[in-house]
Amino acid sequence: MTGGTGDMSLMSEPGPDGRFGEFGGRFVPESLMPACLELEQAFKAAWADPEFRRELDDLLRHYGGRPTPVTECVRLSEKLGVRVLLKREDLTHTGSHKLNNVIGQALLTRRMGKSRMIAETGAGQHGVASATAAALFGLECTVFMGEVDTKRQELNVFRMELLGAEVRTVTSGSRTLKDAVNEAMREWVATVDTTHYCLGSVMGPHPFPYMVRQLQRVVGEEAREQCRQILDGADPDVVVACIGGGSNAAGTFAGFVDTTARLVGVEAAGGAAIANGIPGVLHGMHSRLLQDEAGQIEEAQSISAGLDYPGLGPEHAHLAAIGRAEYSTANDDEVLESFRVLSHTEGIIPALESAHAVAWVARVAGTDALPSGSTVLITLSGRGDKDVAQVREIFGRGEHA
Amino acid sequence: MLEKALRAQRESGRKLLIPYLMGGMTEDWTQSLAAVVAAGADAVEVGIPFSDPMMDGPVIQQAALRALQRGTVPAQVLDGISGAEVVVPVAVMTYYNIVFRAGLKRMAGSLATAGVSGAIIPDLSLEEIGPWATEADEAGVETVLLVAPSSPPDRVERICERARGFVYAVARMGVTGERADLGGEVGAVVERIRRFTDVPVCVGVGVSTPDQAAEVCELADGVVVGSALVRRMLEGEGPDGAAEFVGSLRSAID
Repeated sequence: MTGGTGDMSLMSEPGPDGRFGEFGGRFVPESLMPACLELEQAFKAAWADPEFRRELDDLLRHYGGRPTPVTECVRLSEKLGVRVLLKREDLTHTGSHKLNNVIGQALLTRRMGKSRMIAETGAGQHGVASATAAALFGLECTVFMGEVDTKRQELNVFRMELLGAEVRTVTSGSRTLKDAVNEAMREWVATVDTTHYCLGSVMGPHPFPYMVRQLQRVVGEEAREQCRQILDGADPDVVVACIGGGSNAAGTFAGFVDTTARLVGVEAAGGAAIANGIPGVLHGMHSRLLQDEAGQIEEAQSISAGLDYPGLGPEHAHLAAIGRAEYSTANDDEVLESFRVLSHTEGIIPALESAHAVAWVARVAGTDALPSGSTVLITLSGRGDKDVAQVREIFGRGEHA
Repeated sequence: MLEKALRAQRESGRKLLIPYLMGGMTEDWTQSLAAVVAAGADAVEVGIPFSDPMMDGPVIQQAALRALQRGTVPAQVLDGISGAEVVVPVAVMTYYNIVFRAGLKRMAGSLATAGVSGAIIPDLSLEEIGPWATEADEAGVETVLLVAPSSPPDRVERICERARGFVYAVARMGVTGERADLGGEVGAVVERIRRFTDVPVCVGVGVSTPDQAAEVCELADGVVVGSALVRRMLEGEGPDGAAEFVGSLRSAID
């Protein structure tokens, strides 16, 4: 099998140095290395512990609302000429797939004897999920959020505070997700004795990309079985998910990587780390990054705060390099159109992030990239309630009919 | 060159003073570089600005931002160092993406050509240092490694085996920046390093005042002072102000 994976299957364990092919690794200051090593041991032990897995499954089922359904989109399918299925992570408690990851990490925080979690957030979904899990477990929680994002996601700031978390506004750099990660890392260096960094995506230093993918693989494993029931034992032709850091896509792909389904990740056109990125090192990982000739990180630009990130998880960089997954983009106009179309045709208001995946399907349906009659599974990573005010403002300005 | 020079100073009974300043942060930064050397620096750490400095607090972040807004690129910083013709060793401090983007061999060669004798790359962990260390060793650039209060003895031993130039003892858990006190961990960190190496040990991160510098030098071979100097430069103090502050540190540790 391809280098970097530990056994026969793709998307199993990375190598001992946390590599997926050439990507991944642990590029963190010495102050944090012992914590990364501790976390790796703690996660591996927990993941192999049936009691931990049972507690996690119970919480996801009885608290988080799993399993989430797969919904067949009859009207959208008619409109596009391809059969569209949605994996409904929007129906998870707190409204996105982010809960799957934070429940696992909150359990780990407790298991490691730490009393506090910190988290970064872009759109606020991971921040809300972290604040929720912290409330559930009686942990202290501080969420770092860029100033640009606290403004476009005001309600989520209030939600986090309501849940008992402290929200720290980040005013450095581009004041978006990238800078929230920087600030969370800095806080972690200072407080690592008592604090776990609950990273929200398949990024950062090893073991985060691996751990978060494992905690999200429930999405893909459920969806694979559900699709087989709907499709008389067959797998979808294509499986699509949006990508910022790439956690819902990684979780989804993990369930289908050993099938014949094509895997497609959709990045924001203004944050396309596969299309426009160059290999480099940021936030503890070797991956593909938007950067200039000197190696300065460039700012991503997207209507969706959750995809406003200049890199992506190292395993995606690897899956792209070996050709097992394809990566495309959707621009803001296509995303707004899909936001409207899915609302109109299916009565489902998607998160702007998830609307990227829908937008790709809408764009390529009926072309060689997605021939008419194909079956496509889209992971709808979150619901759009948080985005309604922002979209109303954009539609109100008449920029998008 | 870095380690040799620092060892020679230590053997003469002198405490080592290593000020840090950010390359390109002001128009006259190279004059400040020369001025801090004249004021008694035994080596100088020069930052190559990076957009996302994970290990740095607000002051160094601000300096990096200002340098980048001035259009500073790594080659200009190296030209500045080379043109300043300072008589003590210079180590650059930057983040790994800057090195990786340039190419490891090319960056190591550029540093050597500019007369830089050391490199500090705080996000390049012991686990990841191999490829860079090979190129740096070959080019004669000494890679300084950090030991943190959280580093257990077995890691300290491995870090000390790989350390070149000096060992950078991190005074406290946290990012760079001025602090009212040194915290209680400095002595233990220095002592742990000394068990495994006789390479000079210099303490940094949070050391802000002449009194603190003197306190640190009771325990270690020397001290790195960054944010306190850089803040003065951000506030508009030029080469004279930089020299005055470094002079006050020199007097305190002598």
